[in-house]
Amino acid sequence: MNIIVCVKRVPDTETRVRVGDDGVSIDPSGVKHVLSPYDEFAVEAALRLREGAGSGEVAVVTLGDDSSQETLRSALAMGADRAVLLKGEVSHDGLATAKALAAEIGEADAPLVLCGVKAADDDQQQVGPMLATLLGRPCATAVSSFELADGTVRCRSEVEGGTALFELPLPAVLTITKGEYEPRYASLKGIMAAKRKPLEVKDAAASPSRLKVETMELPPERAAGRIVGEGADAVPELVRLLREEANVL
Amino acid sequence: MAPRFQGVDFYALDALLSDEERMIRETVREWVDDRVLPVIEEAYIGRHFPEELIPEMGELGMLGANLPEEYGCAELNNVAYGLIMQELERGDSGVRSFASVQGALVMYPIHAFGSEEHRREWLPQLASGAKIGCFGLTEPDYGSNPGGMITTARRSGDGWVLNGTKMWITNGSMADVAIIWAQTGEIGDASSIRGFVVPTDTPGFTARDQKGKLSLLASDTSELHLEDVEVPESALLPGSGGLKSPLMCLTQARYGIAWGAIGAAMACYAEALSYAGARVMFDGPIGGKQIQQVRLADMLTGITQAQLVAWRLGRLKDEGAMTPQQVSLAKRANVNMACEVAREARRLLGGNGILVEYSAMRHMANLESVYTYEGTDDIHALILGQAVTGIAAY
Ligand SMILES: Cc1cc2nc3c(=O)[nH]c(=O)nc-3n(C[C@H](O)[C@H](O)[C@H](O)COP(=O)(O)OP(=O)(O)OC[C@H]3O[C@@H](n4cnc5c(N)ncnc54)[C@H](O)[C@@H]3O)c2cc1C
Repeated sequence: MNIIVCVKRVPDTETRVRVGDDGVSIDPSGVKHVLSPYDEFAVEAALRLREGAGSGEVAVVTLGDDSSQETLRSALAMGADRAVLLKGEVSHDGLATAKALAAEIGEADAPLVLCGVKAADDDQQQVGPMLATLLGRPCATAVSSFELADGTVRCRSEVEGGTALFELPLPAVLTITKGEYEPRYASLKGIMAAKRKPLEVKDAAASPSRLKVETMELPPERAAGRIVGEGADAVPELVRLLREEANVL
Repeated sequence: MAPRFQGVDFYALDALLSDEERMIRETVREWVDDRVLPVIEEAYIGRHFPEELIPEMGELGMLGANLPEEYGCAELNNVAYGLIMQELERGDSGVRSFASVQGALVMYPIHAFGSEEHRREWLPQLASGAKIGCFGLTEPDYGSNPGGMITTARRSGDGWVLNGTKMWITNGSMADVAIIWAQTGEIGDASSIRGFVVPTDTPGFTARDQKGKLSLLASDTSELHLEDVEVPESALLPGSGGLKSPLMCLTQARYGIAWGAIGAAMACYAEALSYAGARVMFDGPIGGKQIQQVRLADMLTGITQAQLVAWRLGRLKDEGAMTPQQVSLAKRANVNMACEVAREARRLLGGNGILVEYSAMRHMANLESVYTYEGTDDIHALILGQAVTGIAAY
């Protein structure tokens, strides 16, 4: 079975980001970018499915600029078979992204489309479900594991305080969270092989963003800690502060 | 989780690397963060090599990574190979030593001097880590002067009988196979030195752990005894001939060490820099004191110079233009630099610098072995001295 995985290039979660001079975007200088960690889970899930089945193809698709080729290469290095770069603007409008992806995936022979549960940068969790809607497919979100059975896919999803089990008819869209899918390291051979795998570059179906970023600010620096006193005498005051100021009790 | 290591790149040298070279470095870097750093303290204190790392090193392709794919290797260029060594030694010199010996001192001679049967039999298993190898050149009385060795190989029937003692052999006790260098002619006739592929379960072959080390504790260093070890003719590496064969292996390993030393130095520098920012003494971070800034500036300078030397050496090697003397310069300069950086980092860390929780003293102690093995600092100076004056002064 063929699987398409939608992936995104995001700033490394380890990088300290700064707001750029325009005040509405991240200053790209010195920022390392990576394949969004949730998308890595999705790639891992797809590779395991292909390896288990012994056949099928895993394609990775992204919307982005030329720098996203590097991101696609890292998915190819993990083991994906081919990649597509849809060249276009990446905005904060999830629907614009979903439309560009839907135009590419459309009628493709890929009963399963996987996305990360969210992009590690803007955290919106929109693209997967929107893409499913545009494709007219059912969608399960935050899937921590799944298996295929007679034209359906059975998913376990993480919900508040427990697990939900879903069964969806194929074709379907799933958004993947870590669960069982600890991503593999790209083997060094895989990295070299990635260079030789097909990476198609085409223009994305234009779909302008309807969201505009007004300002972007870093969270305020955390205030320094405070020592309220020493020994048993300090306990009542500590409890009072935890209850009244910190609101944690 | 500890923050991921970000590397040291003051001169934007990343721009000199290809995308693949960078990806390979990032992958090994991440692997070292995830797999080596969590276990290395315990292995070091417990004085054992973390063997659990071997299968994954093989699976990812770190062993003999610059050898051909047809024998199960990753067939990377030499810069990528060097970057692997750098990142492994950022974890620990013992881990890099394991990979150096396996790749440059065992797989390389099998590839370069072995028969096709040797290559088919051994290289895939050594590349995957299913089998471990060691390299026996040094003897108790012949260290810097291995040409004088007294281990002998004598013809007997259809094969050979080996006798002798090898000392300081990395991976010696773990190894499934040993590359043993022996005199096949008269003692003192260095041109009669040949290499043999000896399975370590051959009767008469024993290995004993070297006790009492204060350096490279997370590494297997052993003494090998060969007492009437009988091997068939097929054990001989047919392409080996004379002292220059093992020296060619050493050139490969020294090349990797020139990169590895940078990794150890980067680990120490990064640790010192972060400590200098966090440690407050006399009302301010020690990083704000001039003396510590000089320390950090010296470390950064040394690392940057070493990076340039290693990078150029790697490109020369890929062009087939590298000379052993250039390798000597890089091994000597970069290891010396790393020794200095580690020692200064240890000092900057004050009392904490002597603890195993910090890496500086572990690296500092390790690097004393690296300074000595694969040609001591002195010997490389003499190689360079001979290269420029034409006069051998050994
Ligand atoms: C941890 C460790 C792992 C090792 N692993 C291996 C291995 O896997 N396989 C292997 O075969 N060997 C291995 N070695 C051996 C290593 O290569 C030797 O220790 C090294 O070559 C030095 O030899 P030596 O110890 O006998 O010192 P010596 O040669 O006795 O040197 C003693 C001192 O004299 C100096 N010196 C020697 N000759 C001269 C000269 N002509 N002029 C001026 N000064 C001189 C040296 O620089 C040194 O300072 C390992 C060593 C160590 C410590």
